[in-house]
Amino acid sequence: MRNACGLFALSLLLSACSQPQNTTQNQADASFESKLEQQLLDAKPGSVIDIPAGHYTLKRGLSLRTNGVTVRGAGMDKTVLSFKGQIVGPEGLLVNADDFTIENLAIEDTMGDALKINQGRNITIHGVRIEWTDGPKSTNGAYGLYPVKTQNVLVEDSVVIGASDAGIYVGQSNNIVVRRNRAEQNVAGIEIENSVNADVYDNTATKNTGGILVFNMPNLSQEGHATRVFHNKVFANNTGNFAKKGAAVASVPAGSGVVVNSNDKVEIFDNDIADNQTANVIISSYFSTNYYNTRGVAADYNPYPKGIYVYGNRFKGGGDSPDGLKLKTLKAAVYGLGGNFPDVVWDGYADPKIAADGLPPPDDRICIQGANGVLNADGPHDYKNPSTDAKPFQCSLPKLPPVALNPEPKV
Amino acid sequence: MPTKTWMRGLLLWFALLCLAACHHGMQPVAFQSEGYPQKLSDWHIVEARDGVLQLNEGVVPYELNTPLFTDYAHKLRTIWMPKGVSARYSATDTFDFPVGTIISKTFFYPLPKNEARNATDVARTYDTSLDFAAPGQGLELANVHLVETRLLVRRKDGWVAIPYVWNAEQTEARLARTGDVQALTLVSDNGERENFNYVVPDQSQCVSCHAHDWTTRALQPIGPKARHLNRDYRYADGDENELAHLIRVGYLTGAPTPADAPRNTNWTDTHASLDARTRAYLDINCGHCHNPKGAANTTGLTLDIATPEDRHIGICKPPTAAGQGTGDHLFDIVPGHPDDSILPYRLGSAEPGTMMPEIGRSTVHKEGLALIKAWIASQPGECLVLH
Repeated sequence: MRNACGLFALSLLLSACSQPQNTTQNQADASFESKLEQQLLDAKPGSVIDIPAGHYTLKRGLSLRTNGVTVRGAGMDKTVLSFKGQIVGPEGLLVNADDFTIENLAIEDTMGDALKINQGRNITIHGVRIEWTDGPKSTNGAYGLYPVKTQNVLVEDSVVIGASDAGIYVGQSNNIVVRRNRAEQNVAGIEIENSVNADVYDNTATKNTGGILVFNMPNLSQEGHATRVFHNKVFANNTGNFAKKGAAVASVPAGSGVVVNSNDKVEIFDNDIADNQTANVIISSYFSTNYYNTRGVAADYNPYPKGIYVYGNRFKGGGDSPDGLKLKTLKAAVYGLGGNFPDVVWDGYADPKIAADGLPPPDDRICIQGANGVLNADGPHDYKNPSTDAKPFQCSLPKLPPVALNPEPKV
Repeated sequence: MPTKTWMRGLLLWFALLCLAACHHGMQPVAFQSEGYPQKLSDWHIVEARDGVLQLNEGVVPYELNTPLFTDYAHKLRTIWMPKGVSARYSATDTFDFPVGTIISKTFFYPLPKNEARNATDVARTYDTSLDFAAPGQGLELANVHLVETRLLVRRKDGWVAIPYVWNAEQTEARLARTGDVQALTLVSDNGERENFNYVVPDQSQCVSCHAHDWTTRALQPIGPKARHLNRDYRYADGDENELAHLIRVGYLTGAPTPADAPRNTNWTDTHASLDARTRAYLDINCGHCHNPKGAANTTGLTLDIATPEDRHIGICKPPTAAGQGTGDHLFDIVPGHPDDSILPYRLGSAEPGTMMPEIGRSTVHKEGLALIKAWIASQPGECLVLH
């Protein structure tokens, strides 16, 4: 009897596996989905698509290709578009349009990216919640809020939880403001990548693997520079890295507060950065990601972070339990078993071509003020000769101008 | 008596005229300059009549050297143009079609051989012997299951994509701007079965592939390019090169002889090189997004036919925004190591968010995947990581 039951359960399981994915969509959801798709298709410049409060299950990704459209819900906890059991994607909503505004709704459990805006000007994301409701899992979608190749972008008052890559990810874009958002339990909380002129302020990033990242990847349409990260709360980003290997953020050690990788002209100031167990601030080169190879990376790619200015932050704790054997060994070797990494850790890769008098040209230097120390980890020699000499970092850099969105968003 | 003969002659003449004008009783093709007609038959391009899917007079069928994979569906593609206009040839891009052009693509499956089949069973087969159709011929509906017909219509302001879904009776296809999902089962010759969701894209998803340039966002047909059409088709009156045929019927001008036009390889041609077969496969399956202006130009990975065989096509290239789609692999292509490469991993997935192409299929193209793996396995060298 027990065997028969087992067999029965097994055959049920098998038949369940071989069926097309069963979606829980009921008739009301199906007609909602179809109506919303129709609204997105029929939208004209100036259209406002109002989605009333309610929890809706959708099985197909949505897309919008008309300029000047606003999609508006009744609140990030009231209007919920759930993509649990989605069969067509990959995104929740894909937008390829200018003058787009989305506000006051939630997108949950997409198979791929939740909200991707691929190429468009004047993008406003306001009061949107993105969440993978089972918490951090490597099978979660990659990006939460994902404007890429966009100009004049505002992401504000939004919440992203559980992205298996970056919660808020602005890539290959120009003129960006990311403010008053909360990023939690993502691999990267907020990431600015290959972007020019970004202000990231008044955000809270906690329980991610890395809190706020400013990266430059190779082979892309533009190199990023000029990002200001200020007045954010970046604390206890100690969630184990759950990105799939190969992703850029898979190289981020758990316990990273603010990370600059291969990006230039980055200003980090007036932040509260605390209790990030690898280090509160990490400045690193693409070499440290372990993806750099001459066949696969453009020859003109600049892998070095240049012109990085850290000052006026309020640091607390952190650096007490770095991620990975190499970093643990390094910490023990330099600071003893009970010691901590200082507030700032630099991987030690410097452009050999421009080094003069042992220092880079003034505008390319890494300047650190108001930290309890800087560790040069000596990455190029596999951490053999780390240095705690803070003198090379005692400098200042010209401050970056604030980002002005033009036109200003209407929200 | 002479009057009677004259009358009879006139009647015969009328009858002949009617036959020519009303092809199999079909009314002339009706280009619609705006709106979305509710029925496919409103266009009079292809119609199900008398148990046959028939093409109207002047509706020219064509095939591609290497087609896009769509869940093993077979496809009947056609072009129609108004009288007196023609498309302008390009060696590299989609031909420049005149206003009034209507391109259709009917997705269908041959039926499995088993008599006791379910209504949703369709055959997984590469046997295309019953697929050829031309005015005066057609697809025998007893042999096939019609799923959808997509139209690309060249209107004054540009191309418009309009999807139609066939009814269960297989008598008419109805407008489906928001797409459709149909549960079907692929049945192989050996009886193997695979359930899947056949997804008819919504009108906006059509753009995902057909907007070759995501800045202008203008739609373009993908197939009607010289390199895809430079092949023979089995027309009603015999085999002929498709480019030559289009020129002969007046649909194409400015084209060189087929020998001087580019030609993609047929991906199944085992006499061709692995490289040529793979590049043709990547070109048609990936190149519409992965080109320098396309949707995937955010990734730095280009897969169209013009891409040099280096990091641009993915050799040792770290992924940009693959997220969970890396499958724990470090590079798009690791020469000699298909199982460590991201490209075959994503082609081998049928899960949204992981699979590539992102839309347009719900099953894995096993034979296409095998080709890509063999191609990567044959590549020399390695990806040497620098520290």
